[in-house]
Amino acid sequence: MTITITDTNQSVSNPTEDQRVVDKEYILHVENLNIYYGENWAVHNVQMEIEKNAVTALIGPSGCGKSTFLRSINRMNDIIPNARAEGEILYDGINILRDDIDVVALRKEIGMVFQKPNPFPKSIYENLTHALKFAGIRNKGKLDQIVEESLRKAALWDEVKDRLHQSALALSGGQQQRLCIARTIALKPSVLLLDEPSSALDPISNAKIEELILQLKKDYSIIIVTHNMHQASRVSDKTAFFLNGDLVEYDRTSKIFTKPSEKKTEQYISGQFG
Amino acid sequence: MNRKIADRIATITFVGLSMIIVAILLYLFAYIIMNGFSKISWDFLTSPSSNILAGSGIRDQLFNSFYILILTLIISVPLGVLGGIYMAQYAKPGKLTNFIRSCIEMLSSLPSIVIGMFGLLVFVNTTGWGYTIFGGALTIAIFNIPVMVRTCEDAIRSVPRELKEASLALGITQWHTVKTVLLPSAFPGILTGVILSAGRIFGEAAALLYTAGLSTPRLDYTNWNPFADNSPLNIFRPAETLAVHIWSINTQGLIPDVTEKAAGASAVLVISVLIFNLLARWIGSMYYKKMTATK
Repeated sequence: MTITITDTNQSVSNPTEDQRVVDKEYILHVENLNIYYGENWAVHNVQMEIEKNAVTALIGPSGCGKSTFLRSINRMNDIIPNARAEGEILYDGINILRDDIDVVALRKEIGMVFQKPNPFPKSIYENLTHALKFAGIRNKGKLDQIVEESLRKAALWDEVKDRLHQSALALSGGQQQRLCIARTIALKPSVLLLDEPSSALDPISNAKIEELILQLKKDYSIIIVTHNMHQASRVSDKTAFFLNGDLVEYDRTSKIFTKPSEKKTEQYISGQFG
Repeated sequence: MNRKIADRIATITFVGLSMIIVAILLYLFAYIIMNGFSKISWDFLTSPSSNILAGSGIRDQLFNSFYILILTLIISVPLGVLGGIYMAQYAKPGKLTNFIRSCIEMLSSLPSIVIGMFGLLVFVNTTGWGYTIFGGALTIAIFNIPVMVRTCEDAIRSVPRELKEASLALGITQWHTVKTVLLPSAFPGILTGVILSAGRIFGEAAALLYTAGLSTPRLDYTNWNPFADNSPLNIFRPAETLAVHIWSINTQGLIPDVTEKAAGASAVLVISVLIFNLLARWIGSMYYKKMTATK
């Protein structure tokens, strides 16, 4: 049996439905999440709630489990042999770690952008339509419309509108990364996972990506893994600090960067290790 | 100081070794083509061979070689590509996969004369077909399929993991990802593998001696009925290929101009293989440019 979760948008985006949530709505509930690579226990008992239409930053030194955690949210760890996740990640009340989840449908709902820009070696237009066509959209007019809309949202339209049918590989690194974001939001996901999206880019491209993230949070719930403390403090509403697989501290970004409760957090953000 | 010298020696050694390879290749090509090129004429390529008379040609042998090559590729390429996809994308790492991989390696490294004897037993005797083109093609496919599996697996594995992840993360199934992202990106590599193994098939003699035979019936090139005995298209007729012909006229030829014929046939063989290789590079890069939309 497969569970389709393509039609859950309405219920999640309807604010009147759940009046019990007083301050903020949550899009993801993570309960007792443990992730293992074979014998290696990579993520320990993580418990956190991810806010809707906000930017959540995951910070921590390399190997602390933040990327592993991120990749488990759209089940990208499935393609790694020996990786397994225990516990729950509730998305609209459904545990997406269950074996009978339709992973393909899930990944349309929860999109991901990777550290290294990875456009397909095809034209800019085809990069966007590749997944749309697979999702069953064949109408040329409709495709054109989504392509333009997504490229506009990703702040790339003006730069590429005259060369949509040229190779995506001819774009600069920053443009490629925005194309990857456009490609992901073309599927109208509700959650965007960004795995160090600008660490491979120059400062100007980086600034553009950050600007884009701030705009996108109106429509999407964004989780971003970053090594850049400044980036975390600039773009995120909440920040989670991971260390050696533990979620050490999770709070409002302003609090984490001004007066963190944990000694370790303070040491990390002030650059004493990591 | 010592490190610098060591570095220099290493560089010189590697450059030297590759020069030796290039030199051997050039010498072989030059020798074969210089000896044979003058023997190649339109007449040589288009007249039938003879066992006793001088001035005969290699028309049927040339046709047979291409025909067996095409049949072998039709059999082995689809199977090889599917096997390669399985090995690269679906096979879970473990004992079974390792066992399959050892089998593939073993099969592709068996001496072709041994495979030829196996073909004689199975495709000639057991089936009762006698010496046939089809039996020959099946025999060659036995050692060509593992080569194709290996080539395709390597070509698919060499596609960056990021591309596969990109496609999967967009909610695309594994099979559709294989079809639309991995295979197109791996295509130049697969094509190179196909054409390089085509060269090997084209030059294969040992596996065909006892499967496709040492003779060719009198062929009528106007007869396109694939079931007629004298039709070149009939796959159940014996067929001596170019490589087998070179061997046979050299060992048991009665024609007076055997040296010239062998030299000419060798040159044709080598030039064909050379054309395959150049074609592989050219088509591969053309396709890559078209696929990536780079100019």
